[in-house]
Amino acid sequence: MLRPSLARDIVLGILVIAILALIPALVPSKAFQDFVIRVAAMALFATSLNLLVGYTGLTSFGHGMFYGLGTYSFALLMQKTSLSLPMAFLLTLLITAATATVVGAICIRLRLIYFAFVTLAMQMLLHSIIISWVGLTGGDQGLQGGIPRRVVAGFDLGNQHTLYLASGVVLVIGLIAMRHVVASTFGTSLRMIRDNEARAAFLGIVVWRVKLAVFVLSAMFAAVGGVVTSLFVSGAYPELINWPISGDAIFAIVLGGIGSFLGPLVGTIMLTVLNDVVTRTTEYYGLALGIIILVFALGLRRGVVDFVTERLGFRPSGGVS
Amino acid sequence: MDLAALAECVTSSSCLVTQTTSGLIVGMLLFLVAAGLTLIFGVLKIVNFAHGTFYMLGAYLAYSVFRVTDSYTLAVVAAGAGMGIFGIVFERALIARVYGANVLMQLLICYAVVLICDDLVKIVWGADFKAMGMPPEFQVPPLFVAGGVVPPFYILLITVALAIGGGLGLTLALTKIGKIVRAAAHNPNMVSALGINTTLLYSLVFATGAMLAGLAGGLAAPVRSLTPGMGFSILIESFIVTVIGGMGSIAGALIAAVVLGLIRSFGTIGFPMFTEGMMFLVMIIILVVKPSGLFGREIV
Repeated sequence: MLRPSLARDIVLGILVIAILALIPALVPSKAFQDFVIRVAAMALFATSLNLLVGYTGLTSFGHGMFYGLGTYSFALLMQKTSLSLPMAFLLTLLITAATATVVGAICIRLRLIYFAFVTLAMQMLLHSIIISWVGLTGGDQGLQGGIPRRVVAGFDLGNQHTLYLASGVVLVIGLIAMRHVVASTFGTSLRMIRDNEARAAFLGIVVWRVKLAVFVLSAMFAAVGGVVTSLFVSGAYPELINWPISGDAIFAIVLGGIGSFLGPLVGTIMLTVLNDVVTRTTEYYGLALGIIILVFALGLRRGVVDFVTERLGFRPSGGVS
Repeated sequence: MDLAALAECVTSSSCLVTQTTSGLIVGMLLFLVAAGLTLIFGVLKIVNFAHGTFYMLGAYLAYSVFRVTDSYTLAVVAAGAGMGIFGIVFERALIARVYGANVLMQLLICYAVVLICDDLVKIVWGADFKAMGMPPEFQVPPLFVAGGVVPPFYILLITVALAIGGGLGLTLALTKIGKIVRAAAHNPNMVSALGINTTLLYSLVFATGAMLAGLAGGLAAPVRSLTPGMGFSILIESFIVTVIGGMGSIAGALIAAVVLGLIRSFGTIGFPMFTEGMMFLVMIIILVVKPSGLFGREIV
């Protein structure tokens, strides 16, 4: 497994951000900026889910709980305390990590479909708590009233153009960080557990510790996506922690490909474009999306990026693309 | 939380009877749907995420047949038969392509079908709520048991659901086809090697599961408002039932469904905001304590 060069990734990342910074000067479009912010939040979330599904073989149906927890923790900290934005962000990550440690410790004892169901049940339990704790969370109305103190080091994240660039930067940093996680020896342990758990254990890997570690780590990246969303929608809403959120991330990674690092990003872009185009052209969104999913799922039988890399003759590594 | 109200209800015989009956019919309908789900999982090892859609289509089919023929019996039979046929088509055309594939592929295909069917229902029957109404033969005054209200229709629902469930259980336990199905759940290759057409068997099992969901939808049509997307909440609940009862166990599904129905009906009095949360909490506790469920075999 070739270790990707950090320097090359950083140069690539700066290039992407430079392009993102140039686009509004050439084609000023608020819709495009909205699109990038939404993709950034969702792609961070979907890629973090793929750390579990694609790299470790842990099929979680409840990963949306950490994305939603990110939006709620961050929005609550900003509204109810006087912490600065970066402090609230860090504390959100800590809250998510603590929650994920408890949830993960319970869930990773189970395998396969049972792991999937228990994670979904955990998410729905958290959703129910949020809905019924009206005093703190606003119940099914969500946390309204906006997010104060959005100026960080002279940048106003309440300004759409600034938030657009900031989302791009956060996405690039998050992707580079995750890419280096999966390319590290820790990442090799993940793939070993996915391919043959017993063998990994024989070779001295403490399987539960590695599983718990990746569960917590991926939860924190999902929460980063949640924070971006919270800034974008100026609050937190129960829909952001309900089951379809987990479903969206699963479809993004399956459509894009679970065997490639960038599969979830490509899948997210595809789903977001589909969503925007289809809802604009027909009221029968489900009918159109369902047919498209069927064509992809039965036609390619794997994610788009996986399909392309296989066709181009690269061996599907299930690892770093 | 209003535990005082809950305590008051449990100690009053009229409230106890009323809530128990309404819990039982929720539980029985849930049982029929979950029995199909657990049967399909037990034999085909497929998690049918489209199962709630069969329930929804069954209800709409019954609604239309009842409109045309004015016969509730015919409506329920049509719902069951229609969904049985739909199940065969669905299994042959789509599910058969993803046997043994990643569970995410199965999820994706089922979800696509759910999306498509929800919109087709909108196109055919409209997006607004539909009410079938109580069949005239059941428009009679309710019975009073110990001060509690028990509509005769509820008694019919519970009896029919129990009869279907019992019939299914006995068929699996005593008949030759039941033995073959149980053998196929255990070791399909061996069954196939003995000269039994497992492809046909899988189709039949899937059709039976779909038929049960369709029957549940048809039976429920007079007491539920029909809406596109009505399949989803029952799908989630039947997953909870199958997990609690043990995936593949019909008896487990029955007990878990009744428990869930009672949580639902008494929960609306004691903790109306948290009934859903309570169901998921029970599911988590069962999964942690005994992952294979109350009546499930050990996980392999």
